[in-house]
Amino acid sequence: MERDGVVNIGRGAVKKADVELAVHAEGLVRKFGENAAVDGVDLIVRRGEIYGFLGPNGAGKTTTIRMLATLLPPSSGTAEIFGHDIARDADEVRSRVSLTGQFASVDEDLTGHENLVLIARLLGHSRKESKARSAELLAAFGLSDAASRQVKKYSGGMRRRLDIAASIVVTPELLFLDEPTTGLDPRSRNQVWDIIRTLASEGTTVLLTTQYLDEADQLADRIAVIDNGKVIAEGTPGELKASVGAGALHVRLADPETRPEAERILSNSLGAPMHLESDPAALSARVSDPERVSRALAELSRSGVAVTDFALGQPSLDEVFLALTGRPADDNENNENPDGKEEEVA
Amino acid sequence: MSAPTTTTQNIAEESLRSALSSSERPKRPNALSASLTFGWRAILKIKHVPEQLFDVTVFPIMFTLMFTYLFGGALAGSTGEYLQFLLPGILVQTVVFITIYTGFTLNGDIQKGVFDRFRSLPVWRPAVLVGALLADAARYTMASTIILVLGLVLGFRPEGGIVGVLLAVALVLVFAFSLSWIWTALGLVLRTPNSVMGVSMMIMFPLTFASNIFVDPQTMPSWLATAIGFNPITHLVTATRGLMDGTVTLGQMAAVFAACAILIVVFAPITMYLYRNKK
Repeated sequence: MERDGVVNIGRGAVKKADVELAVHAEGLVRKFGENAAVDGVDLIVRRGEIYGFLGPNGAGKTTTIRMLATLLPPSSGTAEIFGHDIARDADEVRSRVSLTGQFASVDEDLTGHENLVLIARLLGHSRKESKARSAELLAAFGLSDAASRQVKKYSGGMRRRLDIAASIVVTPELLFLDEPTTGLDPRSRNQVWDIIRTLASEGTTVLLTTQYLDEADQLADRIAVIDNGKVIAEGTPGELKASVGAGALHVRLADPETRPEAERILSNSLGAPMHLESDPAALSARVSDPERVSRALAELSRSGVAVTDFALGQPSLDEVFLALTGRPADDNENNENPDGKEEEVA
Repeated sequence: MSAPTTTTQNIAEESLRSALSSSERPKRPNALSASLTFGWRAILKIKHVPEQLFDVTVFPIMFTLMFTYLFGGALAGSTGEYLQFLLPGILVQTVVFITIYTGFTLNGDIQKGVFDRFRSLPVWRPAVLVGALLADAARYTMASTIILVLGLVLGFRPEGGIVGVLLAVALVLVFAFSLSWIWTALGLVLRTPNSVMGVSMMIMFPLTFASNIFVDPQTMPSWLATAIGFNPITHLVTATRGLMDGTVTLGQMAAVFAACAILIVVFAPITMYLYRNKK
């Protein structure tokens, strides 16, 4: 995962003029058998903002979104989308929202053009309007050349763009994006980010889920951290990071034998406890002041501890979780795969 | 692709902005229009994956030839005579068997994300299923045409004339549409397309063979003949034969329509309930 390192604090300001709520959920619970996938989620998303829903696999992100998009009735609790109840006014809700699911929510057997025409027709456009709208969107998303190719032949990034295009055939007031960049290469990811920013700047409220703090930080005005079906922290990216520490220093040593000494030196000069990683030559710490990092590293080389590699980056989701819950994100799962390519159990 | 990236992206952003500003929300389509749009989707899928027509082309030919020539002589004395008896029945059997692909396809479809999109659209909710069933009717028509043409070539001569034959096909299509709601319900309950196929086969084999498709139930033990009298397929075959022979009675037709009504009234609401509450 790339770390951009640019810390953007203060984008979380909500426009005071328009504080109408896009999402207002209270005590949402969804049980599958005995197991509560979502266990009492309260959520407030203001109109016009990008809201990030951050959490590991199986935390309940997808289930929450599916309830808000009226695909899944909640076991208990209520939610309103622009003041319309998801259970009683499902149709009203559906005419205001669009959903881009975690797995391509387009028909892989059809071409890109056919997919968009299909959605446009279902939304009530005439045949002629549908074709025009499809062409317009394909051009806007750089897919004109692939218009008459079957979607199964698209790359991951193209598929994702088509998917988002299908969600804005009629510009929704609220767009749900479930892990919009999971599995994309960095270039496609940046394209998707640009699209999301453009959408938001044109007035669409966006609720996106992600496993990457980096992504939430880049895009979101506000972030909720969800774990085991509960929101465990909520705020602007700045607030969230302030509670976690500005970033993390990762150090890899030439010789694992020197780790105890490195730990002592670093924790002294950083004034923070070191975290010993599973790699016996690696250790990390949360840091609040980058100034101290250079001093600490200088101290290390003065003592003759050889370092092969060091990086100062934003806290990872794991570190956020460690700070918020005292345990790593994947603690509750037999998950060998912290990048999280696995599907979330809905 | 790498050098001009920034400029192309800027252009895309401009056109994206204009695309976003130019879209008005149109009036919702009515139930029929939404269903037809979903039907159009299914037809497009046939266009892109024509292999799926195997079941409506090869199966009917195979069944007709096999039963006529393997069993015709033994069952009716001559293949020509048997064909006259069998063809309406084989038409029913083939179309009714093909209906199980509805549940199979739906089950595979639903695993994919595109169904979430359909379900989050503000359209008449049964449209996606009704549309699929309408497109299936096109496949049934294709299978029926193949059987009838083959039958005529082999010497089948319907007394009921062209009107009788067309009405018979129409009746079979109506029944197939009604029966499909069982498969849509199964398609929503079971986990994999293959299990849908397995369970459907388990239902279809006894239903089609324990009927009057292949032999006259009078040749069977009386308890079995009685049981077969309750099989809706038996009534459908009787009426289809009647229409093709020009001897159909109102009662025979009524029995089929009653069976259709029961199937729809029971299984369509179950399907819609399952569809609404699908995870």
